[in-house]
Amino acid sequence: MIEIKNIQKTFGERTILSGISGKFLPGDTSLIIGGSGTGKSVLLKCMIGLVKPEEGQVLYNGRDFLTGDEDTQKAIRREMGVLFQGGALFDSKTVLENVGFPLDMLTDMGTAEKIDRAKFCLQRVGLEAAADRMPSEISGGMKKRVGIARAIVMNPKYLFCDEPNSGLDPLTSIKIDELIREITDEFKITTVVITHDMNSMMEIGEKILFLYQGKKLWEGTSSTITKSSVAELNEFIYANKLLRDTKA
Amino acid sequence: MFLARYAQNRSIFTVVLLLFVLMHHLGRYFIFLGSLFRNREKLGVYSKLVLEECVQIGINSVFIVSIVSTFIGAVTCVQTAYNLVSPLVPLSIIAVIVRDSTILELAPTITCVVLSGKVGSNIAGGLGTMRITEQIDALEVMGINSSSYLVLPKVLASMIMFPMLVILAGFLSIYGGYIAGTAADIITPEDYVSGLRSDFKPFSITFALIKSVVFAFLISTISSFKGYYTSGGALEVGQASTAAVTNSCIAVLAADFLLAQLLL
Repeated sequence: MIEIKNIQKTFGERTILSGISGKFLPGDTSLIIGGSGTGKSVLLKCMIGLVKPEEGQVLYNGRDFLTGDEDTQKAIRREMGVLFQGGALFDSKTVLENVGFPLDMLTDMGTAEKIDRAKFCLQRVGLEAAADRMPSEISGGMKKRVGIARAIVMNPKYLFCDEPNSGLDPLTSIKIDELIREITDEFKITTVVITHDMNSMMEIGEKILFLYQGKKLWEGTSSTITKSSVAELNEFIYANKLLRDTKA
Repeated sequence: MFLARYAQNRSIFTVVLLLFVLMHHLGRYFIFLGSLFRNREKLGVYSKLVLEECVQIGINSVFIVSIVSTFIGAVTCVQTAYNLVSPLVPLSIIAVIVRDSTILELAPTITCVVLSGKVGSNIAGGLGTMRITEQIDALEVMGINSSSYLVLPKVLASMIMFPMLVILAGFLSIYGGYIAGTAADIITPEDYVSGLRSDFKPFSITFALIKSVVFAFLISTISSFKGYYTSGGALEVGQASTAAVTNSCIAVLAADFLLAQLLL
């Protein structure tokens, strides 16, 4: 379980996050939603240790990630898998090398074992045929899938996805969402997804946190989100004309 | 009176501000250098990376270094001959001047200025792109010291390959002078070789190699520093590359003067 408590973050005079708290349970796909510039990505970066908040705690099964000693932080990092917005694949490595990279750096596995594990993960995301291709030779959707394969190669307990659907067509987006949900269920991972994609919210949002101007305005599930009385949330989810018409 | 005092105060304020900015950047640079050696990975990880960087930095620069140094040697020979008008000065002095200027200054400094353009922009551009595409973040999230993993091999490879490139440049520059001098009938091959052999100080070679190692360190670390802390997009990556080349060149020239003062 991941628990965040009272996260505060400012950049200069600007308050980005103000007193954000929440719990993310194993086997659940939790979504953090909100418009652009509301602090979603900063919150994710606080949770994975790329940005240090001024105040607050991030607890991984009770272990404080922000104030823990170096060994605790290292141990927690090894239990994390992160899918970055653009995939963040290493340009100089092939797809297979990218997926196997955490194994090379963080484990003492033999070469054959590492290749087997990396190939298994690629197979799991349906990209075993692209193993020898370079990141520049594959599409955006494939990059995200390779990113997911790299994120799960270490058997993580926690999976973080930063806007996994950005820049993808609706069909590919749905495939990526399904893949994230399948992996979460299969490995009982605690998954946190940052998104502003309505399809994702309805498809995989077992738990949803809505951020607005750096504050958590609403928390619920995909079944309760349409019944919310929070004006800012309604404005956000019904920005789409199709959804507005459906509601009417 | 008032205007004069205002101008004086303003110039003092500007100088203080500039010093403050300089100290800020220098401080960040030294902290960055410290981070290369903290929490670094196992040594085995670096050996392959250093070899890859040696190819990227060293082998891929052989062509440009060869062309530049050969022509510089040729031009030095021709221009020295043009300036040597007294019949009392033996022609072999042309070779002495080509040799000494090549070994002491042209081979190490000009080669490193050229390399600061080629290698420096490559390092800064590569790291800057990695930063804006979140590849550096991906390394950090895995618990890998990204600065050490990415930068240390580049620094080590530069310090290994730059002296070799400087030796090659020195040889080709002197050989370029020989070809130009004999082909243009400025000097006979015998006079040239005799000039090269006369009054030779072996310390010049040591001095050139010391300079190349210092320049290699400065170029690779300054370019890495500029690239590693890039933020924004493609425009900022370009700006980081430009700043890397400019700052490296200035650092090389300043270090050139300091080393000459200290060691000669």
